[in-house]
Amino acid sequence: MTKFGEHWEASFREMVVEAGAKAIADAGIEGRELQAVYGGSMASGRLISQEHIGALIADQMGLAPIPSTRCEAACASGGVAFREGYLSIASGAYDVVAVGGVEKMTDVSAEDVAIALGGAGDQEWELFNGATFPAIYALMARRHMKEYGTTEEQMAACAVKNHANAMHNPYAQYHKAITIEDVMKSGYISEPLKLLDCSPITDGAAAVILCATEKAKKLYPEKAVEVLASSQASDTLALASRQSMTAMNATAVAAQQAFAQAKLAPKDIQLAEVHDCFTIAEIMAIEDLGFFKKGAGGKAAADGETALNAKISVNTSGGLKACGHPVGATGVKQVVEACWQLRGEAKGRQVDDAEHALTQNVGGSGATCVMHIFKRADRK
Amino acid sequence: MRHALPLIWRKSLERYRLIGCSCENCGTDYFPPRKVCPKCRRKGKIAPKQMPTEGKVYSYSLVHAAPSGFEFEAPYHVAIVELANGVRLLTQIVDSDAAKVKIGAPVKMVFRKIFEDDCEGVIAYGYKFKAV
Repeated sequence: MTKFGEHWEASFREMVVEAGAKAIADAGIEGRELQAVYGGSMASGRLISQEHIGALIADQMGLAPIPSTRCEAACASGGVAFREGYLSIASGAYDVVAVGGVEKMTDVSAEDVAIALGGAGDQEWELFNGATFPAIYALMARRHMKEYGTTEEQMAACAVKNHANAMHNPYAQYHKAITIEDVMKSGYISEPLKLLDCSPITDGAAAVILCATEKAKKLYPEKAVEVLASSQASDTLALASRQSMTAMNATAVAAQQAFAQAKLAPKDIQLAEVHDCFTIAEIMAIEDLGFFKKGAGGKAAADGETALNAKISVNTSGGLKACGHPVGATGVKQVVEACWQLRGEAKGRQVDDAEHALTQNVGGSGATCVMHIFKRADRK
Repeated sequence: MRHALPLIWRKSLERYRLIGCSCENCGTDYFPPRKVCPKCRRKGKIAPKQMPTEGKVYSYSLVHAAPSGFEFEAPYHVAIVELANGVRLLTQIVDSDAAKVKIGAPVKMVFRKIFEDDCEGVIAYGYKFKAV
């Protein structure tokens, strides 16, 4: 992957090539083995006035004429691209494919970014009426506070922890430790969410190579990471139409399916990269994934139970908050972090005895959730 | 962002008068109206229905960083309002003391300007809610 951040010097296509070339080199292949490409990008049309991203990736990577397809599911575009790549191999259609995610967000004004990201929600009935994305998550946060007594300080603890993790991730956008007080003093964006509860605007790209399991185990016994489960679920675009605003049903459904496929339980997972576009989203995620009881996520975060090598290590990359959130790239970055952790290559932020990792990537305010569970292929 | 006139015009019933729909097969009300009842799908029978114009605040937020078209109103309240029939919608809360905008607070619909594109652009009207 590329370093995440404000890359004024790099274009969309340059970031694609950097991440893609690194993934090909890491896999120890030449590139000609690849049979297809799946690329996640949410809003390239609005952000760089460029569509037809599938072909652009194949073109720039020198991979034409192999098929190359763009996947879009708002902020879950990267995770969905990974899943499509996984399914293409599971179906038997291909043996080796490349999956990428990319977003170039700093070529337009912050206002234009807000309009582009607003497309992840229900434009006709929610954004139209004056809602913003932070406002939609703020409405969930307020309700979570009401139902479970969650506090602004508990939400802040997620941001503090993710910034601490990002200090040890050379690919992260921010290398700056923050305190609860810093978060509490940052200005309100949409109450109760403050600036430091929100993930930033980021440029970046991430890529991985997927290969049929038996072949991968034979070719790369040291490095291969196995996909144990892949699941995806949908919900209403409009927040108001959901039965619950304090739980994401798409996450709960996808989690149930993923744990069943992997024949694992939440207690078997050592690390999880979850979708913390806002701090309240991390609290809801660790509850909906079953790591903590519904309503106990805020206290768990404040008590340090999700810190590196605590009860479960959550967002060792720094999460969306501190590693950055180039929307289409995030889902693939989560997979890259899971791989590095399972291989024992996450220097400075390594989870001890990491055997199973989970990634949870959300689109919009929970209308898509895509999830994967990974395991070191050399472990029995 | 400029809005084409038909985009605003074709939603006037829903936005001006809070016309939703009901599935006559299962009795579930929906706002905004749906073409298909998710519960009954092919067996469903969708018909237009006036939604109640009173309800309660289910959740709320004071928006400080406003999107384009709403800059001059910030900070302003948005809320999820639960109507008397249990249907929820997202709306602005206006003309209300901040102290009255709380979860559970009774509110009623008012008709307001939502935004205008620019001096020659379309003016969008619709529902907002106020504390009672």
